[in-house]
Amino acid sequence: MSVVRIYVPNDAAAVACGADRVAHAFADAFAARGTLVDIVRNGSRGLFWLEPLVEVETPAGRVGYGPVKASDVEGLLAAGMLDGAPHPLCVGLVEEIPYLKRQTRLTFARCGIIDPLSLTDYRAHSGYKGLERALTLGPAAIVEEVFQSGLRGRGGAGFPTGIKWRTVAATQADQKYIVCNADEGDSGTFADRLIMEADPFCIIEGMTIAGIAVGATKGYVYCRSEYPLSILVMEKAIAKARQAGLLGKNIAGSSYDFDLEMRMGAGAYVCGEETALLDSLEGKRGVVRAKPPLPALKGLFGKPTVINNLISLATVPVILEKGGNFYRDFGMGRSRGTMPIQLAGNIKYGGLFETAFGISLGELVNDIGGGTASGRPVKAVQAGGPLGAYLPVSQFDTPFDYEAFAAKDALIGHGGIVVFDDTVDMAHMARFAMEFCAHESCGKCTPCRIGSTRGVETLDKIIAGQRREANLAILTDLCQTMKLGSLCALGGFTPYPVISALTHFPEDFGAAPKLPAAAE
Amino acid sequence: MPTAGYEPWSAERASQIIASHQHMAGATMPILHAIQEAFGFVPDPVVPMIAETLNLSRAEVYGVVTFYHDFRREPPGRHVIKLCAAEACQAMGCQGLADYAEEKLGIQMGETTPDGRVTLEPIYCLGLCACAPSALIDGRLVGRLDRDTIDELVAEAGR
Repeated sequence: MSVVRIYVPNDAAAVACGADRVAHAFADAFAARGTLVDIVRNGSRGLFWLEPLVEVETPAGRVGYGPVKASDVEGLLAAGMLDGAPHPLCVGLVEEIPYLKRQTRLTFARCGIIDPLSLTDYRAHSGYKGLERALTLGPAAIVEEVFQSGLRGRGGAGFPTGIKWRTVAATQADQKYIVCNADEGDSGTFADRLIMEADPFCIIEGMTIAGIAVGATKGYVYCRSEYPLSILVMEKAIAKARQAGLLGKNIAGSSYDFDLEMRMGAGAYVCGEETALLDSLEGKRGVVRAKPPLPALKGLFGKPTVINNLISLATVPVILEKGGNFYRDFGMGRSRGTMPIQLAGNIKYGGLFETAFGISLGELVNDIGGGTASGRPVKAVQAGGPLGAYLPVSQFDTPFDYEAFAAKDALIGHGGIVVFDDTVDMAHMARFAMEFCAHESCGKCTPCRIGSTRGVETLDKIIAGQRREANLAILTDLCQTMKLGSLCALGGFTPYPVISALTHFPEDFGAAPKLPAAAE
Repeated sequence: MPTAGYEPWSAERASQIIASHQHMAGATMPILHAIQEAFGFVPDPVVPMIAETLNLSRAEVYGVVTFYHDFRREPPGRHVIKLCAAEACQAMGCQGLADYAEEKLGIQMGETTPDGRVTLEPIYCLGLCACAPSALIDGRLVGRLDRDTIDELVAEAGR
């Protein structure tokens, strides 16, 4: 007799909504009945309005129930949940949920499906196929494959990954490093967190392939301290991979060595910037470095370093498994492949939506996200984190594409979309952006360190109605200085939310609307 | 003054912690995390100890302790409530909840109640942006936060 298997996510968002209590309630209920049921703590599929989403394996496929509370457990079992029976919380076959079915999951293909810490599960779902092929290709061909895929940095700037790798591969050094940037600090983003908790081996495999490609034998995953569960899962996965000979000396029986270490940040947003992250890893304050030299030439401990966003590295296995051209065939323009878009804030169906570039912003917010959670009209969405622009509904036809967003003075960044309803005060949000920059500035350059503080003061005067026109002029000038004069994106991009809020919602700043057409 | 759940300050214990991490490349941060995990904060006497072991100046180590928001130089309250203040949580009304928590506890963000029971702090993003507003209470994640949850938390903290 085969044992019934149920899945209760061990994802931070699911846990925050009671998944641990649900898992315990099931365990207790099965123990009381003497039923043998295997409770797998999977990761999340990313459909957060359904979390905790409990799935049961049936002959027809995995049937889902959600959002489940611990107090629902007895009722679910009485209704015949273990056979996939109907219940008010039943969402049917999980694979058939339109939100999931509409996605193209390449990077996140395994998330929520497998037991995150089972190498057997990972291999059964194409895990380590990318590394296998990489070992037959050899370093130079791996780099070319990644270059051909068109993969760009998923952290913000969108720099081609293949070019970074080429540079490091071509540099001679006694030691090179692979650094995984898991300092996902943007509000509205949780893709790194989700994949660390749902499919950690994918990151390990991607970093291993990167190590072979450029000749690096040591890697670090730098994860923010706000993700305690992710760190725990990653550490366990690293230990398992090492035990299985997939990290350390002669990985997977090859002649290559590669090992990994987890490192934890300490609550500094600026450490998401690659050079500040490297300083932090070296044990210093997370102060931004001037470039050049590029980290590819002089990075961690002065050695050539590939520093990539976690999503970029987690996408490498599928590129190696299926080929650069396969990946390149998704997307539009120079934005190739798929992007994990994260729908968050005041949104009905918040979650992770991986799709090819090119989908419109309005489709994402309204069709997929279902509009606001509050039921009120959407006023603005902030794309690309705290340093990203606020876009009004009139720009909802913008396709999700690096260049199309740039043309609207907006950023894709790490793919976060935060929805606000019509109760939001955009002058307050502009002030918050400056305040956040002042709070998080590393202090190295003047435009960011002082400009942000002056920005808060100037916005306070504008909000209080003091010499409004003159202060708006000062604010605009200040933003221009920060944009052009800051050393890194923190000071350089803070003007995006400020200026976009002012441009699209001047009435919130007590100014006369400049663009009557945009107000609809 | 030792805080519940943490070890009382001991230079000997601090030396052990430093020694067990000093082999790591760029060991400062891992050491500080371990120190804070043991004592609940980074006591001032630790700074010269780390500096000497890692062959750094005291100023460098002090600079690291004060740069990162996570590191405390004073013991926290017995319970630490961190409310997310970032945009996604703002879109779901976290400011109102923060005001409510401040009023209930009689303290401002960043402060500890005079009886040392609760420390209230902002945090910028827990990655629970699709289940906003969110909080971290004594290391436990809470999503879909509302006033009732805060009432429960405050009541819990009172015990």
